[in-house]
Amino acid sequence: MAVLLIAEHNNKELRPFTLNAATAASQIDSDVHAVIIGQNSADAAKQLSELPVVKKVLSVEGAHYENFTAENFTPVIVKLAENYSHIVCSANTFGKNLMPRIAAHLDTSQVSDIIKVISPDTFLRPIYAGNAFATIKSNDAKKCVTIRPTSFDPCESTGGSAAIEKVDPSEEFSNTKFIKREEIKSDRPELGTARIVVSGGRGMQSGDNFKLITEIADKLGAAIGASRAAVDAGYISNDHQVGQTGKVVVPDLYIAVGISGAIQHLAGMKESKVIVAINKDGEAPIFSVADYGLEADLFEALPQFMEELNKLNTIQK
Amino acid sequence: MKILVAVKRVIDYNVQIRVKEDGTGVVTDNVKMSTNPPDDNAIEEAVKIKEAGKATEVVAVTVGEEKAQETVRKALAVGADRGIHVKVDGILEPLAVSKILQKIVDKEKPDLVFMGKQAIDDDCNQTGQMLSALLNWPQATFASKIDVKDNKLEVTREIDEGLETIEINVPAIVTCDLRLNEPRYASLPNIMKAKKKPIEEIAASDLGVNVSPRLEQLKVEEPPKRKAGIKVANVAELVQKLKNEAKVI
Repeated sequence: MAVLLIAEHNNKELRPFTLNAATAASQIDSDVHAVIIGQNSADAAKQLSELPVVKKVLSVEGAHYENFTAENFTPVIVKLAENYSHIVCSANTFGKNLMPRIAAHLDTSQVSDIIKVISPDTFLRPIYAGNAFATIKSNDAKKCVTIRPTSFDPCESTGGSAAIEKVDPSEEFSNTKFIKREEIKSDRPELGTARIVVSGGRGMQSGDNFKLITEIADKLGAAIGASRAAVDAGYISNDHQVGQTGKVVVPDLYIAVGISGAIQHLAGMKESKVIVAINKDGEAPIFSVADYGLEADLFEALPQFMEELNKLNTIQK
Repeated sequence: MKILVAVKRVIDYNVQIRVKEDGTGVVTDNVKMSTNPPDDNAIEEAVKIKEAGKATEVVAVTVGEEKAQETVRKALAVGADRGIHVKVDGILEPLAVSKILQKIVDKEKPDLVFMGKQAIDDDCNQTGQMLSALLNWPQATFASKIDVKDNKLEVTREIDEGLETIEINVPAIVTCDLRLNEPRYASLPNIMKAKKKPIEEIAASDLGVNVSPRLEQLKVEEPPKRKAGIKVANVAELVQKLKNEAKVI
């Protein structure tokens, strides 16, 4: 039986991690079908049909799908699941909210946040904030799997031409009502997919001081991250949080500024290719994962860093 | 309004995890255990709602081995009224826990069920959503703000893009984010008082729920170690290394 991928989108276009989830789905079985549930989401459905790994697109439209409420999505996916061996989506807040609801209806023990497909029934996943890796075999007839997007490359986005099939919507779940979404719009790259991330921690001491980070991020074309301590202190909004309960990032370069390196933060960034730590406490645990550590006062180091960057003839983007 | 809060006993968040040499799991002997951190937020929120006069009773429930009862006792010390301990040994998957909690909900008939959004041991992030599926109740996951309005809750959820606000009708499930509130510490007099609060013990086997695992944990191993890095003397050296050695800028 084929694998059913749940597409994540904003009704206009696919959200980028759908491509990573598609790669994971295709590693489970080459026969990948993708369901897209939304309102006026035809453009996103077309985009989905162009992913070469997707063999068929199932499109479900309805006004009650506009805001991606798990209570509305679940019945239609549960019904489609009859024809599939696996249901797959990203382990971001979209998938984390949705998949367990589906799994419970299917009486399946979900496998969350996998980082590797070992075989169609066996997966590798981090536990204890990534301090251990568990190899898990699922013995359920239907498998519900969420994938860690940064552990799978995005699939090709053009060249495919899968058929798009309409599927009837299910009834609306009336006890949950969407009110509003406050998205922080930014011209910077998305944190989850950025090539470079510059993150600040409690050492930044104030929200205003984050401008030292913003400046460097803009120079490098980087996304801005933060430790939970910095978000809790109100220096920066929650969508910047990197860590066990925030986002997991795997950029080519991660620059941690004024971040001590609690286990919970390391869980979100220690797979980065190159890690830089700038901290005035030479004993800070962040130095244990840093490729390049600079023991310095960040309020002196960051302006100097900016100066040095300005001296460079070229900066990779 | 009656609030049921589910709490889990996990390895304390400050403990450096060690993987067992035989690959069967992580070392738990002589390791400090605590309540799963966001479950503390769940208890705190329930107690605050009761203190605001919007709830009549807060019941703390845990599912697990003998010692899991410590987490219920701690919940009682910070303001829960009574406890329930569903006793079961061995590995429990979120699906099994949610089925057990469903039985407790059938028995207790709470208006709200709160719990942490994720346990920091298995990092599954499933139980609340599964329970709300089994009950066909609305779910408000990753909550960082809860407003109780008659028979509705307005909940702000932390999502990847920022914040989302939803309104859910009671009865409902809420899974709590660490930013929901600042959990209080138990005072000594309250710890003493908590010892007199009742904890009902129920054997999982009496609930008629099949809790046998569906997943096999074939191996637990250490993640690959990063090779040790270097300390640079100054910012100029750092930028040179990034440019010419790591070639990332």
